[in-house]
Amino acid sequence: MSGPGRGGGRERGEQLAVPEVEFQSYYGRPIVRAPVWGHGIPAYFFTGGLAAGCSLLAAGADLTGRPTMRRAGRLACLGALGVSAGLLVSDLGRPDRFYNMLRVAKPTSPMSIGSWILTTFGPLAGLAAISEFADRLPRRGVLGLARRVLPPAGRAAGLAAAGVAPALATYTAVLIADTAAPSWHEAYPELPFVFAGSALASASGVGLLAAPPGETTPARRLALAGAAIELAASRSIETRLGLLSEPYRQGSAGRLLRTGRNLTLVGALGALLGGRSRLISAVSGAALLAAAAATRFGIYAGGVASMKDPRYTVLPQRERLDQGRPAPADDT
Amino acid sequence: MVGTDRLFGPLDPAADAGYPDAPPRMGFFTDTSVCIGCKACEVACKEWNGVPEDGLNLLGMSFDNTGALTANSWRHVAFIEQQAPTAVQAPGEDGVRWLMSSDVCKHCTHAACLDVCPTGALFRTEFGTVVVQADVCNGCGNCIPACPYGVIDQREGDGRAWKCTLCYDRIGDGLMPACATACPTESIQYGPLDELRERAERRVEHLHEVGAAEARLYGHDPHDGVGGDGAFFLLLDEPEVYGLPPDPVVTTRDLPAMWRRAGLAAAGMAAATVVAFLGGRP
Repeated sequence: MSGPGRGGGRERGEQLAVPEVEFQSYYGRPIVRAPVWGHGIPAYFFTGGLAAGCSLLAAGADLTGRPTMRRAGRLACLGALGVSAGLLVSDLGRPDRFYNMLRVAKPTSPMSIGSWILTTFGPLAGLAAISEFADRLPRRGVLGLARRVLPPAGRAAGLAAAGVAPALATYTAVLIADTAAPSWHEAYPELPFVFAGSALASASGVGLLAAPPGETTPARRLALAGAAIELAASRSIETRLGLLSEPYRQGSAGRLLRTGRNLTLVGALGALLGGRSRLISAVSGAALLAAAAATRFGIYAGGVASMKDPRYTVLPQRERLDQGRPAPADDT
Repeated sequence: MVGTDRLFGPLDPAADAGYPDAPPRMGFFTDTSVCIGCKACEVACKEWNGVPEDGLNLLGMSFDNTGALTANSWRHVAFIEQQAPTAVQAPGEDGVRWLMSSDVCKHCTHAACLDVCPTGALFRTEFGTVVVQADVCNGCGNCIPACPYGVIDQREGDGRAWKCTLCYDRIGDGLMPACATACPTESIQYGPLDELRERAERRVEHLHEVGAAEARLYGHDPHDGVGGDGAFFLLLDEPEVYGLPPDPVVTTRDLPAMWRRAGLAAAGMAAATVVAFLGGRP
């Protein structure tokens, strides 16, 4: 007896590390539904992570007396945050109802938690960035008062924002892991580390681009730390998950993640060996930023690919059943 | 923080959602062994719920031109043609066996769509069903990849998420959902879930007695990965043949572990920053 979709679904004859296993499906159609999100969502994963990393960079620079890096971090943070807000609202099916995000606070909804994180982070990061312009205000009158109050207020706001920043950089990993996308869900232990490392690396890229060589030592260290975390976690996702690692190595996801890895290596190497060269610092900073974007788009593409081919839904579940350990026995 | 016990395992969803004197949990038992593929359920659903057309497509796969459950198809009749030994066939050749099944939203005990909805647009009714409030949904799309069955979907041109409501506006008035009312063979049965589960057990026993060993229930077990479905099925082949996941698990089962990993990564991020700025100042 052969069903209509036996062995179905695969069109390209690529070399596979995992041998083809026969499975049944309904005419090769997907079982789970891929997100209807546009490019704005993976782009936000990049800009949101960048904003978070820049906020940490600026706070560190502020506390250790590195004014150029502080200023660059705060302004880049606000810029990335503004882009993030635009991307998020415009991706809604009903953008005019964006405020419904604050109707409830639900711990079971990573997007709800993220909305509250952004709502907390945004004004703090905004105040920190505005305080950079305090010295342009007149010395007298109400604005003169603002001129004196803004720098300490900006420091407090910047430090508070930095306290929220790690949550901003990592909740997006939970957002995609908390879905029926097989390759996202099973990667939940690593995904927050990919996003955290990539956020640090991209923010250090801003530091390397903007700060004078005398101020960049922490950014170089951060670049190395971020790159190491990101590369190790990505590597694990690409190898640990068996069949479900496959979507991360193939097609556009594979190309994007390989590009991300190479750019990260270039950026990290530049950060390590660039020394006091402004040019090498700038090139490695740009490479780290591009790497973070490529990595986010690659992770996104891998999860979507795992939803579109029913093999990734059917085979792991079928294997569980055939081994006589269905869902409840598989509890973590 | 929500305890893991409420994210997984058997429970009464209406009571869990806070209804003090909830009516019995209502649901569907779709017995595909008597489905004749007439698609009256699809039509009745569209008529009652004012669901727009899904495109007049010829998909070139069997008699199914609906294809899947979408924002604009809340019932979907699957047609499966199989080469199989049948009572009437040419000698030495397999005959053709038809499987037909009307798919629908499962109204899970642990509904991932509802769990991840950030606006509260998706809610649990007093009947234990899961419904989208169209006046609240802002089309964020998070529910769509969260569903382990690929049911809920965004309507093009409208932007919001739509799916079966188990005719919330009918059952509150004591009426049957439109699809069950229209079904000419009682393949779609509506009623209190407890009764339906008993009836389904008897039906599958009967089918086994008359030799249909392949008959099995799907989604009836409160101990499965979604805590049991409010809409469950009697199937005549493996679930994946019908486009159903063989062993779905609600993704939020692992959410506490996910938040813990994110917390660890976040702490690592903060620590890395501190070390980068303070470690061995040059």
